[in-house]
Amino acid sequence: MSLLRLRELSVWFDDPARPAVDRVSLDLDAGRMLALVGESGSGKSLTALSILDLLPGGAHRRARAIELDGDNVLDWPESRRRALRGGRIGTIFQEPLTALNPLHRVEKQIGEAIRVHQKLGGAAVRRRCLELLEQVDLPASEDMLARYPHQLSGGQRQRVMIAMALANDPQLLIADEPTTALDVTIQETILELLKRLQRERHLGVLLISHDLGLVGRFAEDVAVMHQGRVVEYGDTDRVLNRPEHDYTRHLLAAEPGGRPRPTATDAPVLLRAEQLEMHFSGRRRGWLGARETVAAVDGVSFDLRRGETLGVVGESGSGKSTLALILLRLIRARGKVVLLDQSLDTLSGRALRPWRKHMQVVFQDPYGSLNPRLTVHQAVEEGLRVHHKSLNADQRAERVRALLAEVGLPADSGDRYPHEFSGGQRQRIAIARALILEPDLLILDEPTSALDRSVQAQVLALLKDLQQRRGLSYLFISHDLKVVRAISHRLLVMRHGKVIEHGDTERVFEAPEQAYTRRLIEAAFNRDGKQAVAQ
Amino acid sequence: MRTEAIWHRQWRAFRRNRRGLWSLYLFLVLFVVSLGAELVANDKPIAVRYQGELYWPVFQVYPETAFGGLFETEANYRDPYVRELIEEDGWMLWPPIRYSYDTINYELTVPAPAPPSAENWLGTDDQGRDVLARLIYGFRLSVLFGLILTVASSAIGIVVGALQGYYGGWLDLAGQRFLEIWSSMPILYLIIVISSFVVPGFWTLLVIMLLFSWMTLVDLVRAEFLRARNLDYVRAAQALGVRTPVILFRHMLPNAMVATLTYLPFVLNASVILLTSLDFIGFGLPPGAPSLGELLGQGKANLHAPWLGLSAFVTLALMLSLLVFVGEAVRDAFDPRKYHADAGERP
Repeated sequence: MSLLRLRELSVWFDDPARPAVDRVSLDLDAGRMLALVGESGSGKSLTALSILDLLPGGAHRRARAIELDGDNVLDWPESRRRALRGGRIGTIFQEPLTALNPLHRVEKQIGEAIRVHQKLGGAAVRRRCLELLEQVDLPASEDMLARYPHQLSGGQRQRVMIAMALANDPQLLIADEPTTALDVTIQETILELLKRLQRERHLGVLLISHDLGLVGRFAEDVAVMHQGRVVEYGDTDRVLNRPEHDYTRHLLAAEPGGRPRPTATDAPVLLRAEQLEMHFSGRRRGWLGARETVAAVDGVSFDLRRGETLGVVGESGSGKSTLALILLRLIRARGKVVLLDQSLDTLSGRALRPWRKHMQVVFQDPYGSLNPRLTVHQAVEEGLRVHHKSLNADQRAERVRALLAEVGLPADSGDRYPHEFSGGQRQRIAIARALILEPDLLILDEPTSALDRSVQAQVLALLKDLQQRRGLSYLFISHDLKVVRAISHRLLVMRHGKVIEHGDTERVFEAPEQAYTRRLIEAAFNRDGKQAVAQ
Repeated sequence: MRTEAIWHRQWRAFRRNRRGLWSLYLFLVLFVVSLGAELVANDKPIAVRYQGELYWPVFQVYPETAFGGLFETEANYRDPYVRELIEEDGWMLWPPIRYSYDTINYELTVPAPAPPSAENWLGTDDQGRDVLARLIYGFRLSVLFGLILTVASSAIGIVVGALQGYYGGWLDLAGQRFLEIWSSMPILYLIIVISSFVVPGFWTLLVIMLLFSWMTLVDLVRAEFLRARNLDYVRAAQALGVRTPVILFRHMLPNAMVATLTYLPFVLNASVILLTSLDFIGFGLPPGAPSLGELLGQGKANLHAPWLGLSAFVTLALMLSLLVFVGEAVRDAFDPRKYHADAGERP
């Protein structure tokens, strides 16, 4: 008998004829991990939430059966179903920072889950908390129990979340994108932990993820969801290596691949950075003590040639984004930035303005990078208003239209507002805004990280295409080594603000010099499910 | 959803709140009527026809001699002698209430304050002036005072908050410390002290209050700008080389206005209350000015004439409640969860 049995589960919002989850049937046995994969909006999270009775307001659910250990949960009264959550079913959410109460110490976070479901005294709860910390590989100390969420790293927070989910010895663990917000090397350790717990405690784990690599490495079974329906379901090895459904093939093909087109080796140097250095001042030691300083960027130097892409990789906090802001002169730093033989650091605000049109930027978050109150046309034409004052409104409109078409947006996009576009389309708008000035250099700060894999592939293809046609240089910042490998000619590996490795992309990937680089590469590539399914 | 500005959706969300919408309509009607107070309550007729000629006493000053009287001074149309002169050879069109805020009814048969009657619908105050006329003028004065104070103090507050938030650093630090010191001044006592050596008029009172009331919005706008200056679209605009004032007003202010506008009805309320309380204790507008606070004060001094206190109370309660209801509806309209929910419902 399976631990969890779903039969014809449907979820819809307004119209039962357009369900967000469409007659999904799944089985999960104890001691196994079932992965629900799909792109955003495919209904995978709704499926999980409807097992927990946690659907958002306005959502309706219908199912023939939601069985837990052979018992149909749908027949139970509300109060009994509520006791499931945090009891027999533990849950781990994506963003541990928002899922933890910022005002509660670790002890209270974990202890609360225990107190709600078990009648235990203070000392017993504390003992149980320490046990749980040990199980999730956190130091089982009083010090750890007394910490607040902001004093923990992302990985530690996720471990606390897992400890909370385990507090009442659940049979089923639902993990909704548990590692998406984490760095690659940490993702790895968190999933290893989940895997170990699954085996030791004979748990059923329902893992929701968009990352096929990760899934292939850890899950025993996979269900691929597309537009609310399970299109392919079966053994991980079989689904990922011999996919039967077109959509699964499409997803697998969307994993970034290919290599950048080679460039001329004698291309002139466009941008040169010399010994860039930037410190954040931290906490003061005592009242009159010196401030501690944290080096965000520490002695970074590189050259970037015309038509070339320089990838910058590193984990969060390594100073990649700060580097972008320094190059754009949005923050001040020590060191030299030379663009087209002009040293930018000696220029002041007004003198700098004409130089800005040579260097533009695209940011990560397609939702935050466009002003919600400007139409697409207004957003894209803004650069022309600043740098080409002689153009009249019609000429500007003409250029904007041509460019929107070039980045692959529908013809009527100009009059619409950003919220009417999908993430990938917004990123195209942001690219158009940067390109309207015909810059020589585009700084791309995680331009594809917030996008689904297949959309990512389209945006990458667009970027390669534009580079070819316009002879652009890119500084491509990313934490995703697969993406970087697909687009960069040369690579800069950063850690704690320093460049620890610098060289041709293929050379770095084939023969990394630093142990850290090797770890990053392993974390990114070793989990190509096509090779190994963890046993 | 196409080409639909956020403003439209917000207006729709505003209208969804029926109470707020009706409050807004009612308030606007009252305000517009009170703007034309001279045509509603006046001791001069709106139009006079005398010997075949039209006169507009509300808008123009005519001497008594124009109607065949004796004096060169302005005609007193309430004087039975003048009335007789005109009605012999013409007619007069009176406003519905034949009293202005400062007209004293000398024909009272009972000692002032006189109770409500057919002549004085809400009675008279202790100087024999018509209460209803004073309410209409007082309402107008209060709302205008509140509006001007709100607009002026918001403008200053938004600019100061925007600069502090955008530039941050020392400017922000110095500004915040100044605000802390300045906001610890006791406004009421300060005004009492000042009014002991200057007789405050409408504008002096406004300026004095403005000195302190601009601080309400600073913290709010500052926080919004502190947040917004790190948003990617602001950074992108900076990278495009857009000038700072353009960034402030095109990219940041419209998005910060959401929080700001939500506050405005409540700032307006606070201004009205402050003016009323000053008038109540006698340190507000000059004596004789139509003021709700002064009427409240009279009500307190003449407890045997309950129509004074009641009229002022009902007027104030109505005005402030309407503004609060409007304010709530505005707050709902600007709540992104509400207007996005609204957008989501549409096909």
